[in-house]
Amino acid sequence: MFYREAGDFKTSYEQDSQTFPIKFDRFRYYAVLAIAFLVVPFVINDYWANAILLPFLIYAIAAIGLNILVGYAGQVSLGTGGFMAVGAYACYKFMTMMPEVSMFVHVLLAGGMTAIVCVVFGLPSLRIKGFYLAVATLAAQFFLVWLFNRVPWFYNYSASGQISAPERDVFGILITGPNAPAWATYMFSLIFLTLCALVARNLTRGTIGRSWMAIRDMDIAAEIIGVNPLKAKLTAFAVSGFFIGISGALFFSVYLGAVEVGEAFGITKSFLVLFMVIIGGLGSIFGSFAGAAFLVLLPVVLKVVGVDVLGWPTDIVAHFQLVIVGALIIVFLIVEPHGLAQLWRVAKEKLRLWPFPH
Amino acid sequence: MPDQFLFATEVFINGLMAGVLYALVALGFVLIYKASGIFNYAQGVMALFAAMTLVGIMNGQVPFSHIINAVFGTEIHHFGWHVPAFLAIILTVGVMVGFAWLVQRLVMRHLVGQEPIILFMATIGLAYFLEGVSDLMWGSEIKKLDVGLPQGGSFWIEDMTAGLGSDNFYGFFIDNLDMVATVVAALLVVGLVLFSQYTKQGRAMRAVADDHQAALSVGISLNFIWVLVWSVAGFVALVAGIMWGTKSGVQFSLSLIALKALPVLMLGGFTSIPGAIVGGLIIGVGEKMFEFWIGPLVGGATENWFAYVLALLFLVFRPQGLFGEKIIERV
Amino acid sequence: MKDMQDGYTTADGRKIGGVVMEMKNITLRFGGVVAIKDISFDIREGEIRAIIGPNGAGKSSMLNVISGFYVPQEGEVWFHGEPRPQMRPYEVAQQGIARTFQNIALFEGMSVLDNVMTGRLSYMKSGLFSQALWKGKAEAEEVANREVAEKIIDFLEIQHIRKTPVARLPYGLKKRVELARALAAEPKLLLLDEPMAGMNVEEKEDMSRFILDVNDEFGTTIALIEHDMGVVMDLSDRVVVMDYGKKIGDGTPDEVRNNQAVIDAYLGVSSD
Repeated sequence: MFYREAGDFKTSYEQDSQTFPIKFDRFRYYAVLAIAFLVVPFVINDYWANAILLPFLIYAIAAIGLNILVGYAGQVSLGTGGFMAVGAYACYKFMTMMPEVSMFVHVLLAGGMTAIVCVVFGLPSLRIKGFYLAVATLAAQFFLVWLFNRVPWFYNYSASGQISAPERDVFGILITGPNAPAWATYMFSLIFLTLCALVARNLTRGTIGRSWMAIRDMDIAAEIIGVNPLKAKLTAFAVSGFFIGISGALFFSVYLGAVEVGEAFGITKSFLVLFMVIIGGLGSIFGSFAGAAFLVLLPVVLKVVGVDVLGWPTDIVAHFQLVIVGALIIVFLIVEPHGLAQLWRVAKEKLRLWPFPH
Repeated sequence: MPDQFLFATEVFINGLMAGVLYALVALGFVLIYKASGIFNYAQGVMALFAAMTLVGIMNGQVPFSHIINAVFGTEIHHFGWHVPAFLAIILTVGVMVGFAWLVQRLVMRHLVGQEPIILFMATIGLAYFLEGVSDLMWGSEIKKLDVGLPQGGSFWIEDMTAGLGSDNFYGFFIDNLDMVATVVAALLVVGLVLFSQYTKQGRAMRAVADDHQAALSVGISLNFIWVLVWSVAGFVALVAGIMWGTKSGVQFSLSLIALKALPVLMLGGFTSIPGAIVGGLIIGVGEKMFEFWIGPLVGGATENWFAYVLALLFLVFRPQGLFGEKIIERV
Repeated sequence: MKDMQDGYTTADGRKIGGVVMEMKNITLRFGGVVAIKDISFDIREGEIRAIIGPNGAGKSSMLNVISGFYVPQEGEVWFHGEPRPQMRPYEVAQQGIARTFQNIALFEGMSVLDNVMTGRLSYMKSGLFSQALWKGKAEAEEVANREVAEKIIDFLEIQHIRKTPVARLPYGLKKRVELARALAAEPKLLLLDEPMAGMNVEEKEDMSRFILDVNDEFGTTIALIEHDMGVVMDLSDRVVVMDYGKKIGDGTPDEVRNNQAVIDAYLGVSSD
C-alpha cells in the first residue's frame, strides 16, 4: 500500500536505467532534496551544524569515495585517512597560494590532487590483491601522515605544525574561518555531497561501473572477457581519491578549521570510514549515506544516554562505543554483508506487500 | 675500529633485537592464517588484552570495577591480594583460551567459507571490540608490568666492548630484556615447529590449513582445531604482551605492534614461519639502519612508514613474499 | 573434404570458409610439467570445431592459450592470416574472441543484464567525464548497446531473469547467461569450455540447439571443448583429439571415430 512499483511502466531504455526507476522513489528523492536545500538552512544552528550535519555530509562524501573503491571495485583500502590528509593539505596550500580564487575551485583542485596521489598508491594493485593490497595501502597512510608532519613546506612553516584555514568566501559569503555562518558551511558541504552522489551514481550504473564490479567479482574472468584491469582499477582509485580528497578538504577547511595531521587523519580515520562503508552496505551509494549517518549519530546518542542521562564518566562511554562499533561490524559482516542498505531493501519488499505478507 | 662503524654495528644489533620482537608478533598471525586462512588484525589487541589481564590478576584488580562503580555508586577497585607472576601467567593463559573459545563460538563459526577479505574486516571489528572490553575491564591508564625479567642495559656487554673504539665510544648498549626476548622467541619458534610437526593436534592443524573439507572428511573437528589455533595465538600474544609491556608499560600503544607485524608478514609471506622470522629481522634491522643513516636528512621518525614502504616495494616485485608459495592463477 | 585451401562444404550443406585461426607448434609448460606439446591445428570461418580428450589432456590450457591467458613457451598463434603479437587477455577479447568458462565465471554480484552488458565493453568508448555526467555520448551509447544486449537476451530466452542477481540463478541458467555474455561481444570466434558439463539431457538439448542457432544465424565460428561424445559428434564439423598434451587425431567426427590412436586413448589400451 505504501510502496508501489506496479503500474509504473517504462517504454524506453533511458527510462529503465534512470537513477530512481520507481516513481515513488523519485518523489521521495525530490522531497529529501527540497528539505535539505530549502528548509534546513533556515532552521540550522551552530550545534546541529557542527555536531551532526557537517560531519555527516563530509563523511558521507568520504564513504561514497571509499565505497567506490571497496564496494564497487573490490580493492580494499586502509589509507583513507592519509588520502583525506592529502585533500586537506592540498586545499590549504591552494587557499594560501591563491587567496583570490573561489573556495569551490580550491576544493575541486584538492580533490584532483588527491586523485593523482591515490592513483600512485593504487599502482601496486595491479600486482597484489586482497588483504596484501589492504596492508599495502597502510603504507600510504603512514607515509602521507609522516610527510605532512615532517616537511614544513606543507604547513607553511607554522610554529605549531598545524594548518588552520584562513577566511575564504564564495560570492561574498564566508565559508571558512570561525565567522562563517552555520547555514553557509552547511550549504557548501551539501552542494558537494549532492554533486558527488550524482556523479557516483552515474559512474556506477554505466560502463565504468560494470568494469569495476566485474573486476571485483572475478578479476581473471573480467580480463579475459575484455575488461582492461589497469584502466578499471586506476579509474576506481582516481574517482575514489577525488571524492576522498574533497571530503578531506571540507573536513579541514569548513568543519574543523584547524588540524594536526596525526590527530585528524590518523589510521583511526581510515577505519572509521571503512566501518561506515561496511555498516552502510558495500556497493551501495545509499549505504554510504546510511553508514555515515549511523556512525556520526552513534557517539552523539551514546554521549546523551551515557553521560547526560546515566551520569557515567565520559571515558567509560567512549570504551562502550568501541565495544558497540566492533560488535556491530562483526554482526553486520555475519548477518548482513550488504549492510543497512540491504535492510532498507528488505523493508521495502515487505512494505510493497503490506498488508498481505505473501 | 672507526666509531662510525661501531655505532652502526650497535644500531644493527638493536635492529636485530627489535626484529625478533616483530617476528614474535608476526608468528601469531602466521599461526592463525595457516590454520584458518584468517588474517587476524586483532592479534595486537590480543597482546594488549593479555598483558592487561596479567597485570590485573597480579595486582588483584576487580574486573569491570569502573562500570560497577559508575552504575552502583560503589568504590571497589582491588580484591586486596597479589598473585605471584607464575600463577598469574597460568591464569591469563586460561583467560586467553576462554577468549579463543568465545571467538570461535560467536564469530568465526558463522563466517566459515567467507572471502578472506571479509574475515579480515571482521577481525578489525574484533580488535575494536576487544580494545573496548579491555579498557572497560581493567581501565585504560598505563600500567607497569614486572614479572621479574631483567631490564636496562647490559653492563657486561658494555664493558666488554668499550675498548673497541676511541674514548667517545662507551661500548655497545644492549637491553637485557631484548636478549631475553630473543631467547624466548627462539624457544617459542622451536616449540611451535615441534608442536606442528610431531603432535597429532599439530598435524591436524596443518591438515585443516591445507583443505577444510578434506580435513573434515577424515574426522578432524574444525571447531576444536580453530579453538586450539586461537588459543595458541592467544599464548603467543601473551608472550609478546609480556615482552613489550615490560619494556614500555602496558598501554594502548601496545596494540599497535600489530601494525608493525603486518609489513613483516608481507615480506615473509603469510604462510611461512621462517618467513616471519627472517622478515622480522630484515624489517627490524632495515628500519633502524634507515633511521640511522637517512633519518636525520629527512626529518626523522622514518620508522613510522619505512617497514610499509619497503614491504610494498618488495611485494610489487615478488607478490608472494620471500617464502610464500608461488601463486598460479587458473580459470 | 579434398581441397582445404578455400574451405569445404559440410555434410549438411553449410559452406565453411578460410582459416580464421591457426595454432602453430604450440608448446606450453608449467615449471617442469608439459601441458601442451607441439600442437598445431586450424579453425575455419563458420565451422564448429571441437577439442576432445580425456581429463588432463590439456584442452582447457589450449583454450587459455587462444584467449591469451597463458603464454606458450613455443609456437605461434595466427589470427586472420598473421601471427598474433603477445597481448594481454583483454586485448585478445577486443579482437573479437569471446569465451565461456568450465567453472562458470559470471559476475555474481551483478544482475543478468549487467553481466550481458559487460560483454559489450569493447564497444563502449565514452570517456570518464561524459559518464560522470550521464549526458551525450555516454547515455546514447548505453541505450544503443542495451539494444544489442536485449537482442541476445531474447535470443537465449532469458528475458524473465534480466534483472535477477546472477547469484540467485540455478546452474543451467547460469551457463546460458554466460553464453549470452560471450555472444553480446558479437565475437568472430567463440570459445566454449565444456558448455554442457553438469547438465541433464534436456538442458543439453537446449544448449546444443542454442550453439547450432548461434552458428547458423550469426555465422559465428565456434571452438568448443566437450566430454559428451554424442554431443560432440552431432555438433561439430571437425574434431581435434588431445591426450597427455599431444594431438592424436584431427578430422571429421567419422574420421576421428575410426582413428586407432583415439580409440586406444579412450579405451585405455597401452600404447606399446
